[in-house]
Amino acid sequence: MVNKQGQTRLSRYYEHVELHKRTLLEAEVIKNCLSRSKYQCSFIEYKDFKLVYRQYAALFIVVGINETENEMAVYELIHNFVEVLDKYFSRVSELDIMFNLDRVHIILDEMVLNGCIVETNRSRILAPLLVLDKMAET
Amino acid sequence: MPAVSKGDGMRGLAVFISDIRNCKSKEAEIKRINKELANIRSKFKGDKALDGYSKKKYVCKLLFIFLLGHDIDFGHMEAVNLLSSNKYTEKQIGYLFISVLVNSNSELIRLINNAIKNDLASRNPTFMCLALHCIANVGSREMAEAFASEIPRILVAGDTMDSVKQSAALCLLRLYKTSPDLVPMGEWTSRVVHLLNDQHMGVVTAAVSLITCLCKKNPDDFKTCVSLAVSRLSRIVSSASTDLQDYTYYFVPAPWLSVKLLRLLQCYPPPEDAAVKGRLVECLETVLNKAQEPPKSKKVQHSNAKNAILFEAISLIIHYDSEPNLLVRACNQLGQFLQHRETNLRYLALESMCTLASSEFSHEAVKTHIETVINALKTERDVSVRQRAADLLYAMCDRTNAKQIVSEMLSYLETADYSIREEIVLKVAILAEKYAVDYSWYVDTILNLIRIAGDYVSEEVWYRVIQIVINRDDVQGYAAKTVFEALQAPACHENMVKVGGYILGEFGNLIAGDPRSSPLVQFNLLHSKFHLCSVATRALLLSTYIKFINLFPETKATIQEVLRSDSQIRNADVELQQRAVEYLKLSSIASTDVLATVLEEMPPFPERESSILAKLKKKKGPGAGSELDDGKKEPGAEINGGMDPSASTASTPSPSADLLGLRAAPPAGSAAPTSAGNLLVDVFSDSPAAAPGLAPGTEENFLSTGAAASVCEDPALPLSEADELLNKFVCKNNGVLFENQLLQIGVKSEFRQNLGRMYLFYGNKTSVQFQSFTPTVTYPGELQSQLNIQTKAVDPLVEGGAQVQQVLNIECLSDFTLAPLINIKFRYGGTLQNITLKLPITLNKFFQATEMQSQDFFQRWKQLSLPQQEAQKIFKANHPMDPEVTKAKLLGFGSALLDKVDPNPDNFVGAGIIQTKSLQVGCLLRLEPNAQAQMYRLTLRTSKEAVSRHLCELLSEQF
Repeated sequence: MVNKQGQTRLSRYYEHVELHKRTLLEAEVIKNCLSRSKYQCSFIEYKDFKLVYRQYAALFIVVGINETENEMAVYELIHNFVEVLDKYFSRVSELDIMFNLDRVHIILDEMVLNGCIVETNRSRILAPLLVLDKMAET
Repeated sequence: MPAVSKGDGMRGLAVFISDIRNCKSKEAEIKRINKELANIRSKFKGDKALDGYSKKKYVCKLLFIFLLGHDIDFGHMEAVNLLSSNKYTEKQIGYLFISVLVNSNSELIRLINNAIKNDLASRNPTFMCLALHCIANVGSREMAEAFASEIPRILVAGDTMDSVKQSAALCLLRLYKTSPDLVPMGEWTSRVVHLLNDQHMGVVTAAVSLITCLCKKNPDDFKTCVSLAVSRLSRIVSSASTDLQDYTYYFVPAPWLSVKLLRLLQCYPPPEDAAVKGRLVECLETVLNKAQEPPKSKKVQHSNAKNAILFEAISLIIHYDSEPNLLVRACNQLGQFLQHRETNLRYLALESMCTLASSEFSHEAVKTHIETVINALKTERDVSVRQRAADLLYAMCDRTNAKQIVSEMLSYLETADYSIREEIVLKVAILAEKYAVDYSWYVDTILNLIRIAGDYVSEEVWYRVIQIVINRDDVQGYAAKTVFEALQAPACHENMVKVGGYILGEFGNLIAGDPRSSPLVQFNLLHSKFHLCSVATRALLLSTYIKFINLFPETKATIQEVLRSDSQIRNADVELQQRAVEYLKLSSIASTDVLATVLEEMPPFPERESSILAKLKKKKGPGAGSELDDGKKEPGAEINGGMDPSASTASTPSPSADLLGLRAAPPAGSAAPTSAGNLLVDVFSDSPAAAPGLAPGTEENFLSTGAAASVCEDPALPLSEADELLNKFVCKNNGVLFENQLLQIGVKSEFRQNLGRMYLFYGNKTSVQFQSFTPTVTYPGELQSQLNIQTKAVDPLVEGGAQVQQVLNIECLSDFTLAPLINIKFRYGGTLQNITLKLPITLNKFFQATEMQSQDFFQRWKQLSLPQQEAQKIFKANHPMDPEVTKAKLLGFGSALLDKVDPNPDNFVGAGIIQTKSLQVGCLLRLEPNAQAQMYRLTLRTSKEAVSRHLCELLSEQF
């Protein structure tokens, strides 16, 4: 998740990438996305993989996939993720993501594990988090 | 609740983040971060126990700092401590920290494993899930060792909660990917497959990913998943849009699961069982039908989800390639998408149609969309979509539309993006050759290519046009005339000069009758370009000149004058100077007859697969429409049917072989450094351009004989050098496997029983980055079923001077004789390098030494007395016969050395067991040196004939 200024707001790697290479990779990826117009498709061939991206206001969500994934399914998975965030944060904003990085990680982990989809059902994705919140209150 | 965390409690975090955002410079940011790190460190180190809330706050800060690209070198221990907390909140934060910040080779793994073990045993589903997530995210070898046997049990146990099952499935997938040898699937297979029947959709979703991965490795074991997947799919597809409740996404039932099921089915051929097949076809038809129905929702999410399934269904239809009806329907559906207003759909439709074009059932249907596709090539605003359109045109091209497609591609080339020009050039060149009905059209097309995009015309392309012209005498006159005209342009591309020089040198006589292209006019035209050209081209032109002297005696004086001039005969460049001197001498001392023989017209090139095609295949894997190239699926499109069949596939080593065809012509002096220093590059690489400017001689010498031989496209050449390399590693495990001017590959390996681990170290010896660096392991022959090698992709970029490491996990399944190959491809300064090596994995690596007494040895020796169990070889010693060295080699080979077994103390006796997964082979060996005759006799006895013979072969090469 990167904003229009190119600042990474959330990153998750399912294959080990050296820390110093991450910053570089993220910068390149967002440069690729930012340079595109709305007439262009949401899939970019980048090195050995494909980037699927979706823009929400000033925030880009970019997913790198290999040829074993279905582009359209990943594209829609991004939206599902955003809807889950929206539901949890009631209208999610960039700030929510920054200040609740841990929660966003939990949500993502409930949806995607090790690069594979675990769960797509919104209420089940949020269930562990709601337990957590309830416990934090008490 | 979320609102709380935004509030006052997290002020510290808010302040920190806004501080960071306000930092004006990188330095300021680093300073602020260091301050914060110091603060957190002191908080962690402090005596006061932190409350849960502060812990959360600090971990959030650390995550944020990590996100900014700063390494976090503390807090790990604190996080591990949190794991053992009983509070869910604390445990959760501990696991989160570890999942994100700890990599798989941390020394803390053992402690983490302990905590995980406790949580897995806790029977508390939330704790179990956390632990499983952590394994799935970190997934180290040690974790696999600790939990590989536990996870399958959790996965299939009847009383496991659904959410735990989901995590367990993906956790197992991760362990299987990292350490397949540790995951025993045998007994779990059928129960894992039956997860496809699970009531819970989430469980099925996770299980499909696992099964897809497993069945790629063991397709036979998992065959039963096909029918289960079909029935599951059928239930989803036929369900009403509300049946699946929460798994319905914008009125589409379980879209992601459907996609995954369709993907799983692509691991197998069409089901044999008629009922299953019928049901599947019905499903696919339903999916296609739904695409035509009015949408249940106007929301784009609805149609996206629907289309995701549709594209996957089409992939499956193409994969089966057996249902003409479905294929044509798929094509029509994609045809509709070609004009859709959503760019994404147009892109995907073009991509998908590209594979449809190669099916004989749908090729014609795809062709009907040619106008739309051409239009896309011209009007699409997105380069990636245009690229897909070009791919599709290439794939749908056959004899009926070749002229139209080639001309469209040529005109596109004038405005094409730089990034795809080279590829388009290759495609045009291939299509023009493949579908050429008359070769004048072919020559025109290639010359147009050079004119429009000369910089992107690779050597293969211009070599090829020359080969074809030389091989076909009906086009030679036309070619000479055309290049002559093309060279009239005031500024023409150097590649044009090369082609022109070569063709006029061979066939200039065919147009010399016309006074407008008389010999002298031709010569002056070529020579007017001479000074602007590179050394390589100038060398070629010099050869043209000497050919002119033979073709047109009247030009002799003029040309000799040129050769004699200081700028030639004293040229600073050794190659040019040598040519000038030799050609001058040749022309003055040789008689006309000798000259005519030496400078005879080039003989036809031997027919071979086009090297351009090979280049394109390499350049672009999927989407290049390479299926088309083998022509097998294309109906009615007899490639060049009416023509001389040999000409259509004509191709050759490059004509970079000296124009004169003289082996002696290139000066030996300058050839030597290339062939000596570049031996490996030459032998392993596949084009003369593979090592641009490496050795001082390379560039100049590309016109000479050495370079021509290196244009070999066969990646698995049984090279004697490769065998020698391999022999070097039979008795040792570490060393340098390969080295040339660009790359050094070191190897380090260890073997235990039937398993092994090999580390390959790729060192970039240059100062330039290697791009798209991809090593791939391949198995020649039946090795695939005998050896299993797991590896991860390495980073495609290798910086200058850097070294990257690749780990191969090896499992020996049964005895084998061939060595696995590793193919390394990368781009170095724009040229593709392609190296294929044998991996030093030989059967003896899986030797386990066995000690035994003399008595046992002889008893066993006698038991193995069948003639086919013994292999014997008598051979000459290649190295000094030193008993200590011999001992070391035998030990390195893997067998035990048995003392006092053989009555003759000079002889060596060894024993061991070859460990493979499927069987163990006991081996006895005896080596008898004969110092006087400098000979050895080696005898191997094992229970398997092939093993005896192979070990004997391997070992006999060592002395």
